[in-house]
Amino acid sequence: MFGDYSISDLGAILAMQGFAGLILFSVYVLMALGLAIIFGQMGVINMAHGEFMILGAYVTWMTSNTVQHIAPWLFPGYFFIAMILAFIASGALGMLVEWALIRHLYKRPLDTLLATWGLSLILQQAYRSIFGAREVGVELPEWMMGSWQATDSIQIPINGMFVMALTILITIAVAYVLFWSSWGKQVRAVVQNRVMAGAVGINTEKVDRYTFALGCGIAGVAGSAFTMIGSTGPTAGQLYIVDTFLVVVFGGAASLFGTIASAFSISQTQSTLEFFLSGSMAKVITLLTIVAILMVRPQGLFALKVRK
Amino acid sequence: MSDETKPGLQSPLRRKLLMGMAALPAVSMLGRPAFADVPATSAVNTTGLAVTDSEVTVGILHSVTGTMAISETGSVEAEKLAIEQINAAGGVLGRKIKFIQEDGASDWPTFAEKAKKLLVNDKCAAVMGCWTSASRKAVLPVFEQYNGMLYYPTFYEGLEQSKNVIYTGQEATQQIIAGLDWVNKTKGAKSFYLLGSDYIWPRTSNKIARKHIENHLQGCKVVGEEYFPLGSTQFNSVINKIKLTKPDVIYAIIVGGSNVAFYKQLKAAGIDLSKQTLLTISVTEDEIDGIGGENIAGAYACMKYFQSLDNPNNKAFVPAFKKMWGEKTVIGDVTQAAYLGPWLWKLTVEKAGSFDIDKIAAASPGVEFKGAPEGYVRIHENHHLWSKTRVGRAKADGQYELIYETADLVEPDPFPKGYQ
Repeated sequence: MFGDYSISDLGAILAMQGFAGLILFSVYVLMALGLAIIFGQMGVINMAHGEFMILGAYVTWMTSNTVQHIAPWLFPGYFFIAMILAFIASGALGMLVEWALIRHLYKRPLDTLLATWGLSLILQQAYRSIFGAREVGVELPEWMMGSWQATDSIQIPINGMFVMALTILITIAVAYVLFWSSWGKQVRAVVQNRVMAGAVGINTEKVDRYTFALGCGIAGVAGSAFTMIGSTGPTAGQLYIVDTFLVVVFGGAASLFGTIASAFSISQTQSTLEFFLSGSMAKVITLLTIVAILMVRPQGLFALKVRK
Repeated sequence: MSDETKPGLQSPLRRKLLMGMAALPAVSMLGRPAFADVPATSAVNTTGLAVTDSEVTVGILHSVTGTMAISETGSVEAEKLAIEQINAAGGVLGRKIKFIQEDGASDWPTFAEKAKKLLVNDKCAAVMGCWTSASRKAVLPVFEQYNGMLYYPTFYEGLEQSKNVIYTGQEATQQIIAGLDWVNKTKGAKSFYLLGSDYIWPRTSNKIARKHIENHLQGCKVVGEEYFPLGSTQFNSVINKIKLTKPDVIYAIIVGGSNVAFYKQLKAAGIDLSKQTLLTISVTEDEIDGIGGENIAGAYACMKYFQSLDNPNNKAFVPAFKKMWGEKTVIGDVTQAAYLGPWLWKLTVEKAGSFDIDKIAAASPGVEFKGAPEGYVRIHENHHLWSKTRVGRAKADGQYELIYETADLVEPDPFPKGYQ
């Protein structure tokens, strides 16, 4: 099948294909990090995760429109403001939801599934009422839309690199917060033994609320970033939720490292297969492989050692 | 046709006739404008439809919730506009149209259930509705069983024909073959890369396209064909393959939100649509709203209607639509086809002189609508429309610029020979 192409063509394609896989990897990590915190650390099955992402996307859209009207000179850099606002908006909504809904359900993880699923329907309808049923497109500054000409035949999309850089930054920040800050130690203590953590003076309620808010905030940033590659509509969040859970469960729920490893293996498999087969077929084979591996290793790639 | 009426129905018929005649003078005394030519209800409605002396009820059945709401909103708006205009012009056979709107909720069983409700409980004289082929297939047995009339607005894959449906969008051959011929002739295109979302419409359309390219176009070939799950947002791999195979034409039938991802990534990957020919049959002005004009500028679309069409009908239609639904709304191909539904029904009812479904089905072939925004349409024997096929080029402002249109109306052919 490669007979018709020159060696340099093939080299260029391999390079770009590898990069396509890396972009997909970044997208998966970005989608799954927030969920990995909420699901992995707190045991809450958050079916509304996609809607938190879409909130971030809508905030980005609104910021884009506002900046264009009020301060057009700011437009080239508005995206950074939008991401911060998206984090704040989704985080704040997360905090509210934790207070109103989730905290009553910590002892009943399966009920969180139902409650958050209901929440996702409510949010979808709210978006539809507020922003309308049609999809909205976020206009990007010109510099973010182009591609970087690495060689004659290799072009690397700038928005792809942007997503990758963002993913690296957020991953490092999350790792720092969870593993090195004192608050992170409190989070992990609460996860491992809630009663004991409370007994040594940790305010477990506060830890829960901020952890949930952090997870939702990251979802908001992810949604903001996805406006570069996808569409924003009331139900667009549904598209992400399955892939997101797939990545988290395959990686081993409680392990952040597992999430990254799982995102990497899924994206590379998908991207390689896509090159040899069609898009739909690649997805099917990827899913079948994951199912097979999970049958052998139900705890996912990396399981946290917890004393039961 | 009274000789066809069963004897058992005669006495209630006569009673209705008498009541109708008795009601007429009373109504005219109330100051209602008395149309001399308004026929008695009993004469124009022998099958118990929701028709009174002053009103006729039709149904609107689209998704206003769920994932399809994005697309179907425009259809609902167009149908309501047409109904309002028809009412302002005196209604149908002297009767104002009243509509009952039901929500299919992007869920095919719900569509079937609501269709049954509109036909059985509400006795709607006609239903304007559906968008996806899946929803149409779900309601089709209901319309056939309870003898209703559906005006279906979407361009679709063909391979279907029913006495109970008028298809106001184009079927596959009208849209695809004319477009491929055009790109072959004017752009000298020889190699094609076929892309689509993974469900019935894109797959069938691409099947017809492949047959046409391989069997009817001289020296042309398909260099790739690929499908992506609905809602997919990752097209980097296929874009790389397109770069590798360097096709003359990218032929894309991607639907809905995936389009946004596809065109943004295409642009980011350095494929310039002013140099690389791309032909789509699935991106209307509605989709461009989400994609962003600057990302798709230069692409060609093949369909029957563009908002920018320059003809007197369209120049009246576009401002009327915007006045009713807002300056910012855009009008795509399907929205226009939905607008045709109520008008074609009105013209057919007046031709048949009756609201009865069987008479309307029989009277439909040959019905002409000279006021259509797309120009002029006529209903074919097979209940599809004769229509022109047009090619437009997307501009950065989100509108299409008309590049080409067929000289004559293209005959609808839902069961093309040699393409199945």
